[in-house]
Order: sequence, then structure tokens, then C-alpha cells
Amino acid sequence: MKKYLIPALSAAGILALSAVQSDAREYKIGFIGPMSGGAAQLGQQMERGAKLYMKLHKSQLGGHTVKMIVRDSKRPGGPIAKAAAQELITREKVELITGLIFSPNAMSIAPLVNKSKTPVVIMNAGTAFIPNMSPYMVRVSFTMWQSGYIMGQHAAGKLGCKTAVSGYTNYPPGKDSVAAFKKGFESSGGKVIDAIPMGGPAKVPDFTPFFQRAKSKNPNCMYVFVPGGNHAAAVAKTYQALAMRKAGVQLIGPGDITQSSLLQAMGPAAVGVVTASHYNMFLKSAENQAFVKTWQAEYGAKSVPDFVGVGGYDGMAAVYAAIKAANGSKLTADGAMKRLKGWKFNSPRGPISIDPETRDIVQNVYISTVRQKGGLLVQEIQQKFEAVKDKCKELKLGKCGKKLY
Amino acid sequence: MTAITGADTAATAEAVKFLQTRHRFHWAEVLPWVIAIAVFYLLPGYRLLATQILVMILFALSLDLIVGYAGIISLGHTAFFGTGAYITALLAANNIPDPLIGLVAAAIGAAVLGFLSGWVLLRTAGLTLLVLTMAVTIMLGELANDFDEITGGFDGINFTNSEIFGLIEIDQLWYTSSYIYVLVVLFLSFLLIRTIVHAPFGRMLIGIRENTKRMSAIGTPVHQRQVLVYVISAAIAGIAGALWVQVQGNVTTGVYAFELSGDVLIMIILGGTGRLYGAFIGATVFKILESLTEQILGTNQPYWQLTIGIVLILTVLFARRGLYGIFEDIGEKWKDRSQ
Amino acid sequence: MSSFLNEISTVLVFGLAYAMLLFIISVGLSITMGLMGFANLAHGSFAMAGGYVTVTLVSQMNVPFAVALLIAFIVVAFLSIPFERFLYRHLYRRPELDQVLLTIGLVFVSIAGVTFIWGPDPHLILMPEYLQGSINLGFNIFPKYRIFMIVAGAVIVAGLFYGLERTSIGAKIRAAVDNRRMAESCGINTGRIFTWTFALGSGMAALGGGLGIQILGGIKPVFAFEYLVIFLIVVAVGGLGNIRGTFFAALILGIIDFAGKFYFPEGGAFVIFAVTILVLLIRPQGLFGKA
Repeated sequence: MKKYLIPALSAAGILALSAVQSDAREYKIGFIGPMSGGAAQLGQQMERGAKLYMKLHKSQLGGHTVKMIVRDSKRPGGPIAKAAAQELITREKVELITGLIFSPNAMSIAPLVNKSKTPVVIMNAGTAFIPNMSPYMVRVSFTMWQSGYIMGQHAAGKLGCKTAVSGYTNYPPGKDSVAAFKKGFESSGGKVIDAIPMGGPAKVPDFTPFFQRAKSKNPNCMYVFVPGGNHAAAVAKTYQALAMRKAGVQLIGPGDITQSSLLQAMGPAAVGVVTASHYNMFLKSAENQAFVKTWQAEYGAKSVPDFVGVGGYDGMAAVYAAIKAANGSKLTADGAMKRLKGWKFNSPRGPISIDPETRDIVQNVYISTVRQKGGLLVQEIQQKFEAVKDKCKELKLGKCGKKLY
Repeated sequence: MTAITGADTAATAEAVKFLQTRHRFHWAEVLPWVIAIAVFYLLPGYRLLATQILVMILFALSLDLIVGYAGIISLGHTAFFGTGAYITALLAANNIPDPLIGLVAAAIGAAVLGFLSGWVLLRTAGLTLLVLTMAVTIMLGELANDFDEITGGFDGINFTNSEIFGLIEIDQLWYTSSYIYVLVVLFLSFLLIRTIVHAPFGRMLIGIRENTKRMSAIGTPVHQRQVLVYVISAAIAGIAGALWVQVQGNVTTGVYAFELSGDVLIMIILGGTGRLYGAFIGATVFKILESLTEQILGTNQPYWQLTIGIVLILTVLFARRGLYGIFEDIGEKWKDRSQ
Repeated sequence: MSSFLNEISTVLVFGLAYAMLLFIISVGLSITMGLMGFANLAHGSFAMAGGYVTVTLVSQMNVPFAVALLIAFIVVAFLSIPFERFLYRHLYRRPELDQVLLTIGLVFVSIAGVTFIWGPDPHLILMPEYLQGSINLGFNIFPKYRIFMIVAGAVIVAGLFYGLERTSIGAKIRAAVDNRRMAESCGINTGRIFTWTFALGSGMAALGGGLGIQILGGIKPVFAFEYLVIFLIVVAVGGLGNIRGTFFAALILGIIDFAGKFYFPEGGAFVIFAVTILVLLIRPQGLFGKA
């Protein structure tokens, strides 16, 4: 008797569920980011961006609501993020996972979401091949190749650098970024004479020995990738302390080293640094100016959005788009991917879209220089490249050309 | 140990009875295993945490062998844990994905490292030994970070295990088979460790811990015996490391973290050293306390560090025999009263 | 050839500056371990406290850098006295394991404490005008601060050696390190010597913590753990309680560490550990320790 009772009951349950389906449904989503320790400021930026979008677009979901469960990934490594994802999926029963600051965090959860068929919207992690690791991952942030390749071409062209040294934090996005720079730089006639690994992302090293080594090679340009946050703050300081500009070395890099939210704290050390990036808070578009204004109205004048914050904001826009498409039924991986492939959005950073082939972001990339204006530091846009795709996947280099699941 | 059975004073008889019976199984020893099985059914959402606790128990047991029984202080036991982890992961990533082969290889590899390092390091003592064990572990971590073509550097290696006996998949999402797998390995390893510490060899280790010179004087090859227990301990730590990464499906340099060496030392101190079940209590309390602190107080401030720091200081000052010691005291009092 | 000179001088100057810092912080640890036989893993916490006192004084109260360092020294030295009197003293005769655990506990609490007050991110200070920028020594250009670090280190080392070799307090300390019982039977109050030496060592660590802000990329909560290993290594390589040994160990390890990272950035961090293991295997008692 019992044997039949259970299916009968659950059938009744399903009926009951579908009965309320036309009413409001609460979508549980999981958000994984570093909320404590040295990288907490990054996690906070991303969460603020996501929550700002949620606040502004509450009514957009036709009565359905979103509950975001935040989990701390603490350090840049994979295991804690993976455990967080496991618990979000099995204990909290979330229907989608988002967040993910560090690349190893995003990589570690790929096998889990493949198995549970949970859609993932990546708000930051920029190593090029990550979307190849799961058919259920979409990235709305950036890829290291978008900035690195363009910076390489720009350095050899407009900046007139003949030789360059690259320094990078030794983990996937760092390797990616310098590989992209090298490809762009050397294809435009420059030569990378040294590539210096500068410790791991877990702790901020003393950059002096590495920068001294770079200085002793007498390059025209030094291309640096370090993760945003404390690493980035230390780079400009070291560059200035060692008087490298006086020695004729131009500091360049991806936007990670001139994060808008850290710029004022870097002080005069950052003036003249040239970076390639998809976002900084000084973009002149109406969308961006409105975005910065609402951000500061929400979080105070002292807080400014940077590329991590905009990643959180746009990521949540993608999540909302997927939920709207699900329209009250369960959010499935296939459904979400179907909606998000080719998804377009007018972001504060300019028009963005998701490449249906690669599930990766297509967006503008800006070259900008840090200048002093009044008492403040600003980033002046010099050049704009429109609708840039991920070069690594275009060229099918290494892991970028393979299916990794 | 039966040589003195001829003596017939009451005191001696009692001592003999104690010596003869203390390695027998006590009914309470079933308890941890019953709890472990109950957790599996009652708290399916917490199987990941429970699995981690089981692995940490095994790791803590291996450290207790050298700290609690042989009196060797090490702040670098992750050297073996990490080596076992990397060996397993490297085998799996290079077409030998059988988890059991991985376990055996991890044990052997860690044992070899234990032999090499133990042979030279155990000639030193005190602070020098402390620094050397730390230096070895940190150096291995740096090596794993630097040889990134083999080890994957900071992001480590992702791998998939094959099925156990070609049948049972190690499940990384729901932790059903993984939990049982780890529990079985822990149980078998525990039986082995229990046998070792109750054998004459185990008694000899305690002798060395209590008075090295005297043991030397009565003809014990102290250094040799210390190296032997170090090797055994290393092998078990290697198995623990292998399990840790097998159920996760990836390995990172975190397995060599100096902090983890500290954590596992804290676990056995918290539980009580030289007592076997101290490791069970210590690892469980440590992990649950950590999880609870983070869930209740959050992680935006270092509440967990504050908690464990205070717990550690109080344990050293007031409860040197750990939680197990407190239980023993309560048990004694209860016995006294009932008599 | 000039590029060779350039590289060598770079390694020596930067290495020396780092070495001085290592010595100033580690010497107190060496004395604690040699004199009291106490494994004080919380030594880095005292250095960290010095760093935070300096940061607070300079950036919030506009105290001049040099004065702030002096205040940090005094404050932490006095703060350390109750720790020695009421906590450490109980454990002098307890096994090393207990000492290790108690002090690790203190490290955790101190890290949590400074995070509550100052947050998890590193704090930097604006250096006074005379320490900013660089200085041209003819053959090479160096940041002024590194040169200052070397000079300040040399002065402190000289002062310390003079104090220990030429003053009666120094003689008492040396006597207590060499043979505590003999010293006590000569009427030296070793308990009081312990307290004052401990305070001096902690004050030195605080001074190092303040001086190191600029070199180590700011002061942050994980400082107490991150650099502990390196301080222990310096002490072990130099030989417990041996001030001259600690000095040479700091010199060797500081320069090797910089050279390793400069010449082999790929695996430079590991050089210093390899050297340590090698030295301690040949001489377990340290370079200048008594066998």
C-alpha cells in the first residue's frame, strides 16, 4: 500500500505546484564570491552591482521574486568555491549559480554544474577557456584576451614600444593575459624580452625583486597583470618607488591594474598608466553616467563602481532575462542557455551581447590613460574598439579551441 | 606481557587484568560508527561536511601517532597529506584513474618521503625539528606551485576517478558513494592503527616519549623506531590526502598549506593526544565549530579565527588532556559515585 | 660589465635592506628562545602590533614617522610585559608543544583583533619628504627608503652589540643565556632579566614592524602568520639565543631571498627554504649555535 501512496502523493504535490505556478514563484539563486579576507572588497563590489540591478528592476519579473543566497569563496583557490556550489545545489536547491570572482573558482564548479545541470552566469572570472568547461556557463564579464591582445597591438603601434617585459600573477588569468599581450605585441612588430611570474594570487608579494628585474632589462614598456584589489594597489606603488618611469619604462596592462574603485588611493603613482579595459567609471555614455549616479545614491559618494561592480550589475541583468524567459516554471539549464545565447543588453560599459557560439561576452574595449584633473585622478579614453570577441577562441589556441567537458 | 601472570598479589593481578584487557573492544567504541551511519541517513544535505570530517579524522589519527604516541612535534604534517594528494591526482590525470590504486600509491609515496625526511630530520629535536618540518612542507608547496607544467600550478589538477572495482562511482555532487567509500577506508585504517598502538611497538613508542634516555639505555634503537612510526604515520596521512582530493575531483597547492598543519595539530590537542578517539572528537568538534561559527556569525569578520584562538589558549591552560580527557574525568567521577 | 655591476649592486642593496629588517624583528625571538627556552610563535604578532601603532600614529594623528617608530617601540615593549608575567611564565617548564599551541592561539586572536579594528586590507603610510624618491649613488639608483633602512639597521645593530658587550645589563643577559643556574647563583635575578629582555625583544619586533611597512607592501592582519616562518628560519639558522648568529643568518637569508626572486622569479620563493634545510642538516644547532 505504502508503495503506491508515495507516487500518488507526489503526483498530488506536482498538481498542487502547477496550480500555484500562475502565481508568484520565488527563484532561489546562489552567489559565490570572496566575502571575507583580503579579496573581500572585490566580493562586495560584485554583490553591490548585482543587488543594485535587483533593486532597480524588482517589478520586471511579473510578480516572481528572486532570492539570492550569498556564499563566501574566501580565497582564490578552487576547493572552497566548489564546496559552496555543492551545498548550494544539494542543500539550498538553487536553480542558478552566479558570482565567481577568481578563475579557479569558476573552473572548480564546472564538473558539478555539468552533473546537476545548473546554469551559471559568470560575473568576473576572465580566463579565456572557462566557458569551454561546461555547456551551461555564460560569461558576461570579460576575457583576458580581449584586453591583452588589443593592449599588445596598441603598445607596439601608438605607444611606440619596441621591447616589452611582462610581469604576471602566476595563475590561469595571468598566463592568459600575458600570452594575449605577446601575441598582439609581436604580431605588430614588438618583442617581449622577458616574462616574469610574480608569485600567486593568494597573497600580495613584495613586487620589488620582480620590478627591479624588469627594470634591469631596459624595456620600453612593462605589461603587468595582477588580480584587482590589493595586488593592483601595490603595483603602482612599486612602479613609483623604483622610479621606473624616470628610467623610461611605460607601465601598461589590462584594466585590473587601474580599478576605478582603487584609483584615488593609488595617488600620483598611477598617473600616466595606460590600460585596455571594457569598463571604467569615467565612460561618457548616458547609461554609464546614470549608473554611477544611482550607484552613489545607493552606496554613498565614497563608493564608486568599477569593472567588478559592472560585472555584477550586467550579470544580474542576464539572470533576470533567463528568469523572465522561464516565466514561472523551473529555471532549467537548457532554457537559460537558449535565452542567453545571443542575449543583448545596453550596459553602462556600452552595448554587450553573448556570442551564441562560445557563450562568451562580446563588447567594446577602451584604451585609456590615467590623468590628474583637479585634485582627482581620472581615466581618459583614447581609443575605442567595438564589438570585440574573444581572440583566443577565434584563433582556437590551446584549450580555447577544445571542448573541455 | 604475560610474563608476570605468576605473581599473585591483588595489585599485580589488577595490573595484569588491565594490561590484558585494555586492547579489547569496549562497547562504546561502536558509537562513532553508529553516529557516522546515522548522519548519512538523517542529514543528507550535510554529507560534504561529514565527509570532510571523516578525512580529517584519519589525518588527525596519523598525526596523533607521532605527536601523541611518539612525542615528535611536527608543524609540517601536510607534507605527507599533500604528497598523497598530488600522487593520486597525477595518476588519475595520467590514465591511472582507479581510486584504490591511487590510495595505495599515495600511501607508498608518502611513506617513502616519510622515510627520507624522517631519517635525517629526526636526528634533530625541539625548535630545529619544528622549523625543518615546516620548511619541508612549505618548500614542497612552492615546488608544486613552480612546476606548473606537471602540477597545474596554483589552479592545480582537475581529474575524474574511475569506478571502485569498476562498479561504484565516487560521486562529487550528492556524496552518497563518496561518503561510504571514505567511511570504509577510515574504518579499515583505524583498525590498523588501533592494532599498532596496542602492540608492543606502541608501548615502546610511549616509552620513548616519556623517557628517551632510559629507552636507549635498555637497548631500544630509538632513532630507528622513531623513523618507523614516522613512516607509518606518513603513509596514513598520504591516504587521507588521497581521499581528500578523490572526493573533490581536484587538487591544489592548498593541500600543502602550513595552516592545515596547524589546524590538524589543533584538532588532536582539542580532542586529546595519545588517545585515538581524541582525533575523532577533535576533528569533529573543530569542523562543526568552524561551520557553525561561519553560519551563525558570518564570515565578514574573522570570528572563526577568534573562536579557535581562544579555544586553543583555554585548552592549553586548563584542559591539557583535551575534550577526551574531560570525558574521562567525568566518567571517573561517575564511577566513583556509583561505587 | 656595467649591467653586471648594476645587477650585483641591486641585489646587495635590496637584499641588505631586507636583511636588516629580518634581523631587527628576529633578534627578539632568538633571545626569547635561547634565554627562556620558550618557543614564542606569537613574536610576529608583536611586530604586527608595532606596524599598526605606527600606521595609526602617522596617518591619523600626523605624528612624524621617526617619532611614531619610537612610540611603537615603547608601547609594544610595555604591552608585552603582562604577557610574559601572566601567561608565558606558566609555560616555561611545560613541553614545547604546549608553548607552540598557546602562542599559535595568541596569533589567531591577534589576527582577528586587528582585523576587527583595522580591516583586512593592507595599510600604507605616506613617507616623510626626506624618505621619498630615489638617490643616485653613481653606479646605480636606489629608493631612498632602502638606503635609510640599511643605515637605520646598522645603527640599531651597533647599539645592540654595544649594549650587550659593554654594559653590565648586557653582561647579565649573556650570562643568563650561557648558564642560567650559574648566573642565578651569582646573584643575578634571572626572572627580572627575562621580563626586561622579553620586553626589549618585543619592542625591537615592533620597531621592525613599523620600519617594514614600506618594504613589505603595507601592514596587514596576515602579517603575523605570513612572516612567522621566515623569522623562525632566521633564528634556527643563526642558532638560538645567538645574536651574532642571528645577524649573519639574516644577512645571508635576506640577500639570498632577494637574489633568488630576482634571478629565478619562477621558483625564487623556494630557494630560501632549500638553503635553510641544507644548513640545518649540516649544523642542526645553527650556524653559530653551540653543539
